Formats: sequence, C-alpha cells, structure tokens
Amino acid sequence: MNYEEILEKLVKNNERIMVMTAENRAAIRNLPGKIGGRFIDTGITEMTLIGMASGLALRGRIPVAHALASFLTMRAFEFARTDVGIANLPVKLVGGFSGILSDGNGPTHQAIEDVSIMRGIPNMKVFCPADEDDMLICLEKVLLSESPYYIRYNNRKPEYKHNENFEEGKAEIIEVGKDINILTYGALFNEAYNAYKRLKDSGYNAGLINMRTLKPADENIIIDSLTNCSLTVSIEDHFLKGGLYSIIAETALKHNVMGKVIPFAFDEKWFKPALLNDVLEHEKLTPEAISERIINEYLKIKKNNGK
Amino acid sequence: MTKEKHNELKKVAYKVRQHIIHMSTDGGCFIGASLSCVDIIVYLYLSFLNINKNNLKSPDRDYLFLSKGHDVPALYGTLAEIGLLQKSRLKNHLKTNDFIYWHPNTNIPGIEFHSGSLGHLLSVAMGVAYDCKLKKQKNKIVVILGDGELNEGSVWEAFLVAASLKLDNLIVIVDRNKFQANIETEKLNKLEPLSDKLKSFGWSVRKINGHIFTEIDGLFSQLSVHSGKPMFIIADTIRGKGLPSIEERADRWFVNFTKEEVESLLHELKTREMSKLTSETLMVR
Repeated sequence: MNYEEILEKLVKNNERIMVMTAENRAAIRNLPGKIGGRFIDTGITEMTLIGMASGLALRGRIPVAHALASFLTMRAFEFARTDVGIANLPVKLVGGFSGILSDGNGPTHQAIEDVSIMRGIPNMKVFCPADEDDMLICLEKVLLSESPYYIRYNNRKPEYKHNENFEEGKAEIIEVGKDINILTYGALFNEAYNAYKRLKDSGYNAGLINMRTLKPADENIIIDSLTNCSLTVSIEDHFLKGGLYSIIAETALKHNVMGKVIPFAFDEKWFKPALLNDVLEHEKLTPEAISERIINEYLKIKKNNGK
Repeated sequence: MTKEKHNELKKVAYKVRQHIIHMSTDGGCFIGASLSCVDIIVYLYLSFLNINKNNLKSPDRDYLFLSKGHDVPALYGTLAEIGLLQKSRLKNHLKTNDFIYWHPNTNIPGIEFHSGSLGHLLSVAMGVAYDCKLKKQKNKIVVILGDGELNEGSVWEAFLVAASLKLDNLIVIVDRNKFQANIETEKLNKLEPLSDKLKSFGWSVRKINGHIFTEIDGLFSQLSVHSGKPMFIIADTIRGKGLPSIEERADRWFVNFTKEEVESLLHELKTREMSKLTSETLMVR
C-alpha cells in the first residue's frame, strides 16, 4: 500500500481519522473523491488548517494535516505551538517537500530548521522517515498515537530494506561500528547508506543508524556510539543548529559522555537550489563526498591519537 | 422576552460587573474590554446556549469560544453566577494556587479552549463546527472576537474558509467597542465598513446594540442558523460600559486599582457618580 492507500484504510477503519490539506495534494491526490467529508481542503491557509485541526481534535478526531513543510512549520508555527502544543492534541502535521526534497524551489521552501523548531514545542513529537518504505512501515503507529506529531513526509525510493519493527524513540540499527558510526534521518538516508557501504568496502568497521524519531530520540544509541566508537558522524538535511547534531550534543551533556563527532549539515547557510542530484553534488552530500570526508577526519583522529 | 427574564439578565450582568471590578486590583485586569462584552456573554449563557453543569462533556452541548481572551473576567464572572465556577475561586485571581489569570484556560470548568494570542479561536471553532455538521448534530458554535482582533490576518483567512465550507452552525460575535489596546480602531487600521466586508466574504451579517437585552434577544431568538452561511454579528458596545470614569477612555485598557478605588467604582456602578481615580494609567503594550 502506498501513503494515500494507508490513509484511506485508516479513514475507513477508524472514524477518528480526518485528512486535511492547505491545498497541497501531492501525497493525497486521489483521496478527496474517496472519503467524502472526512477530507478537508482549507486552501492556502496554514494557520486556519492547524486551528481547524485543533478544533477537530477537541471533538475526538485525529486530523492528519498536510502542507508544505516550510509554511506548515514556520508561517503557522504559533498555531502548532499554541493550539496543538499547549492543548496536547493528537494532531498530525505532515510537512511535504522538507529539507533537500524542496530541490529547485529555493530558500523560501527549504524547511531545514523544521526539526529544530517543532521539537522545541512541549508535547510535540517528530518523525523523520528515511524513505518511502520506512515512512509506510512506521506510519500507522505514528498516526494513531495520542500525541501531536510533526512528520517529515519522505517519498524517496528506498535502497535498503528496512526493519519492519517500529517503536517510537527507538532507532533502526543497520549496524553498530567500532571505527565510524553514521547517525542519520530523513532524505539523506540513501546517501548515508551508500557512504557506509563504501566505508566498509574500504576496510573500516563502520555502522549506520536510522534515527526514525528525533523526538523522542534514541539516546541509548547516541551514548553507545559516543562511548564505544572512534568517530560518530551526523548526517542531516537540516541547519547545523537544532537538529540531530544538537540532539547528540544535548544527549552527551545530559549523560556526561563525550566522543568525537563530525556533522554533515547546513551551517549558517541555505543550500544551492537545483534538481536533487545536483544539490547533492554541489553540497558535497554524495556517498563519495561523504565517505571521503569521513575517512579524512578519521585518519586525522588516528594520527593525533598516535602522537 | 418576559419581564422576569429581562430583570434576571440585568441583575446577573450587574453582579458580573461587580466581579470584574473586584478583579481590577491586586495585579489588575483588562477592565475595559471585560465590561464591554458582559451583557452579550450573560445573555448567551442565560438565554441562548445549551451549556450547563450537566452537559459540559456532552458532544451535543453548544460551544462558546472567547477568542479575544483578555476579557475573561466577564466570562469567569458569568460562569460563577450560573454555577459552573465556584464564586470563591474568583478571589484566587492571579494567585499560584489556582488558574484564574489574565487569559482563559481549560483548567476552569466551562472553558472549551485557551486563548490569549489573538486570531486563533475562530479557526479552532471552525474545526468543532465542521465536526458537528459532519455528525449531523444541531449544536451552535459561538465565537466572540474583539474588534481589535480583526487586525490579525488569521481571522480573515478563517473568514474565507468558513464561508467556503458553509459552516452555518457558526456564529461569530464581534464586541465592537471601537477600541483596541491603546487606540481607537478607526484611527489605526480602519475596519469600516465592517458589515460590507463580511457580506462580501459570503457571511450573513447582523448588527445589534450589545448592551440592550431586548435588542440582543430580538436577534438571537429569531436567528436562523443552517442557512448555508456562517453568521457574523456586530455587537455595538462601549468599552468600560457601566463605569463612566472608564467608559471610552483609551488609557483605561488595563488597570490595577487600589482597594479604595475598587470601593469607589462599586459605588459608581450603582449610582454612576464618577470616581476619583488616581492610579496611574497603564500602557501594557
């Protein structure tokens, strides 16, 4: 089943589920004719979308509200914080074209602070699937949660067969490395996965972790990596501040553990708008560029330790 | 409306105004906006809305959303008078042992949703209204907006959507006291001609004097909801209504009076003899 088929099934099996959009129908194009009044398109009105979703949730519904990630999380931020967050309502906010998936749109559409701002809302959880399969595996549990959730919609084609067991706050562990551990989430998973394979092919004891939920984050795997692995790497299509790199730092301080970490993220900059593959090339986020930089950093650490 | 009902409404409104005056000290409150919407709120709870102690959780109850928020002393005063809120709790205004602060919150029985940030509760109410319609229920959903609140873009966004969704179980009342925080509305962002604006947005529009119970009743007792259009009611009111020394004064938006001034204002409410107010006028924003 694809995304909208799962939604359609949930709508039909569970009278609480409502599907909403602020006229962003990319992921739900066929639903309007199939679910009648359970589908609401408010037009290009992100504030009203979230306000109405809160009202529906007050009546016991679980609204799944879609909009472009930038406008959902930023134009309507205060509605997410004040209506959904304060009241702790089970509204599901689905952000489309987040991170690098906005490819050629330019910085107006680059939601690369969305994880940071949404996880800052008390009660709000954050789910960032690695690709379409990963999203579909976890979707039903996330949507049926009684918590508010921000979901980074991700329909990238999978290159890895994901673990079918999803638990909130538990990362998907592909492998735990001794030399290098890559922690990642969302749309750069494929690049991280291929970089991980290259590291292994080059003889490194490398690992790869798909975080899945950034809030709650799997603190155990972060502590484990910082403690037992020579180099931890974070890869995310997000600003450096406030995303996974920050979560690793917060976790390290909270549990008083330390380790060498290098981040792949956008540091005080938006990315160059272009078609996705060209963005990856330009921003040095291809598997080749990622693995090369990781190896250089790793060799530096080993050299310094040898002194 | 019977004479008895009219007297009852007047009596309750008078008591609610007393509650508001009592809340205007020890930290103070937004007295002007609270006094302007007293009569509307009292009317709604006593004569229009199906909301009582026994149906607060029932999906069939009517809903009232106070979007402008800072006029909450009028609402708490009314809830206390109709027995939803213990009167003794009003004395906990701004105390940490209770939740009676400057904006409504759901720790108080009868409050459907918190407000304080302007421009939110219309869309929240629309979610409720949509669900009631989808379930073919006959509840009425009432939202009270401030006229100053109409500066917020989210309100106009919601006006568009509510008409498109044909939410005809939704009644918006604007407390048109013609002031926002520190200034008259028409001296800042002109709202007039307000009724034409809303008509052009596809709403049914009515206008009443928000202090005359017979006029309020004339409209609400004949209100034809379920006409395909949401209803927009402009209630012409006076900010600070009931206290001549406060009425229509831009600088009496938020006040924190002394105990003596409170006593004097209670006397003024009864006699309309102007009080001598020496507390500094406060500009909060």
